[in-house]
Amino acid sequence: MSAMPPETQRESGDQESPAYGRVARPGVDTTHGAILYLEDITVSFDGFRALNKLSLSIDVGELRCIIGPNGAGKTTMMDVITGKTRPDLGTAFFGQTIDLTRFTEAEIAHAGIGRKFQKPTVFEHHTVFENLELAMKTDKRVWPSLRARLDSAQLDRIAATLELIHLAAQSTRPAGLLSHGQKQWLEIGMLLMQEPQLLLLDEPVAGMTDEETERTAELCNKLAGQHSLVVVEHDMDFVNRIARKVTVLHEGSVLAEGNMETVQNDQRVVEVYLGR
Amino acid sequence: MTTAPLSNRLYGPRGWACIAVFAVILLVVFPVLNLVVTPDSPFHVSAYWITLLGKIMCYMMVALAMDLIWGYTGILSLGHGLFFALGGYSFGMYLMRQIGADGQYRVNMPDFMVFLDWKEFPWQWTGSEHFWWCALLVVLVPGLLAFVFGYFAFRSRVKGVYFSIITQALTYAAMLLFFRNNTGFGGNNGFTDFKRILDYPITTPQTRMVLFVITGTVLVAMLLLARVIVTSKLGRVLTAIRDAESRVMFSGYNPLWYKLFIWTLSAVLCGIAGALYVPQVGIINPSEMSPANSIEIAIWVAVGGRGTLIGALLGAAIVNGAKSWFTMAFPEYWLFFLGLLFIGVTLFMPDGVVGLLGKIRNRFNAQRAPAALEKAA
Repeated sequence: MSAMPPETQRESGDQESPAYGRVARPGVDTTHGAILYLEDITVSFDGFRALNKLSLSIDVGELRCIIGPNGAGKTTMMDVITGKTRPDLGTAFFGQTIDLTRFTEAEIAHAGIGRKFQKPTVFEHHTVFENLELAMKTDKRVWPSLRARLDSAQLDRIAATLELIHLAAQSTRPAGLLSHGQKQWLEIGMLLMQEPQLLLLDEPVAGMTDEETERTAELCNKLAGQHSLVVVEHDMDFVNRIARKVTVLHEGSVLAEGNMETVQNDQRVVEVYLGR
Repeated sequence: MTTAPLSNRLYGPRGWACIAVFAVILLVVFPVLNLVVTPDSPFHVSAYWITLLGKIMCYMMVALAMDLIWGYTGILSLGHGLFFALGGYSFGMYLMRQIGADGQYRVNMPDFMVFLDWKEFPWQWTGSEHFWWCALLVVLVPGLLAFVFGYFAFRSRVKGVYFSIITQALTYAAMLLFFRNNTGFGGNNGFTDFKRILDYPITTPQTRMVLFVITGTVLVAMLLLARVIVTSKLGRVLTAIRDAESRVMFSGYNPLWYKLFIWTLSAVLCGIAGALYVPQVGIINPSEMSPANSIEIAIWVAVGGRGTLIGALLGAAIVNGAKSWFTMAFPEYWLFFLGLLFIGVTLFMPDGVVGLLGKIRNRFNAQRAPAALEKAA
């Protein structure tokens, strides 16, 4: 580590200090403490209201779990945040200044929001290493890509991420040959390479074994504080293990919010979701 | 700790050796066998072969261009014949001007214009008497058309079969346009009867050999350019777009500019191939833009093996070699054979000839060293 250039040291210093080390990064102004702010978001598909006046605010460094029955609007909410779906009404802000409803997917990703899909999507024909290389935060225009060469700091970053997601031994294998759980990790690793300030994880433990779920929970707990995380998950054990604050969605809007205990004892939540 | 450093080498020693051998055959062996060895010697290579090989090398360039956009980026164009023809027409204009007053009517104007009773050159022909201007058009016309068309298609996220159909319609529309006499490019006869290129007579063995050598050199240059692209990070982004475009977008890349870059480059390469094709074959007409021609290009690449540069080259050479033989031996069966070939490749060799060779090699290695394989498994 001591041989690293100063630039890298600052980077790794960032990762150890919780949350506020990242606030000053140019681009996202989080002076009021919120990294993501949704207000009265409404999305309709052919008359069906997937989101109905949804309001939600995520603090810097927070780990928020979102739960809710099928069709509650969890994935649509992710789509709105990442620019895949445009809301009919409402405002969505990343930090104080970035209006998410006005940018494309690539611009939003570049601004610092990383998203893991429900179904793991990695580049199956590329090696694990190349997957991380492609995701890495760097100049992503055409010409710089043609001339890009990895420097030693970047190689170290990829190596560190490989360790973190337990895939160091697999780095030269094509990603398509990984197990389902490993692909989920690789996708999380790709998000981390983007150095996002906000991570959206859509069902990160779907299809994982108990042991893999355990390790993913560890990983999430490790990431909380360094990044802001929004986790959508059905697996209540997993949510229990990582949850600090939980938001329950139902029919496109927020039904309840609070710590796990409060939510679990909320009568309406029990009716629509937990009780069944 | 360094993990799996990416190879930045273009080719290994064997790859370079192959290219060197090819270059020697091209630059030394063929010129000697054609020009120095006398026709009565069994080693003499006739002008027929030089023209045929030159033509096939032009097709190999087109296959290379097709592979970049289809094999690597996953965008199937069924209109690449259009870019080829546009390059050919652009350069053909210059060749027509070089005929000078040696045409049938002994007037300093292409025959078809005299026939149509035109008194002056239409605006499209402005500057076409200059070699450099037409050489520029060879790059600019296909490039600009591809850029504008690609910008709107990719910006609207037109993909897959819809994109293929639109490119097919584009080349068909262009063909109908070029069939019209009023378009000013010789209608259904196109351009032919060339006499000179840069004031050298075009039919002498020496001129033909120069064209042949230039074609081969350009082919090698294009191969290296394509190799630089596909081994760079840019190339990895392109294959990533092919495999999971949404992940590419959410990783912060804008696929529009990547697609547009490779699409435009591919069109330009086709244009250059067309420009080299016309003086060697001696004719260009609107049938080059027919949809069947463009589909055939896709077949070359599929036969050779998508997503490998060498596969595209092999595919174009094999199919066109077979075509020349077939159209002499059994002219009426060629299209049936082509159809069979395509079906056969799709069903039994999804990775083309290159994939098949790889499989054979694997099996061969497995037989020779079963113990090593068991260990690896």
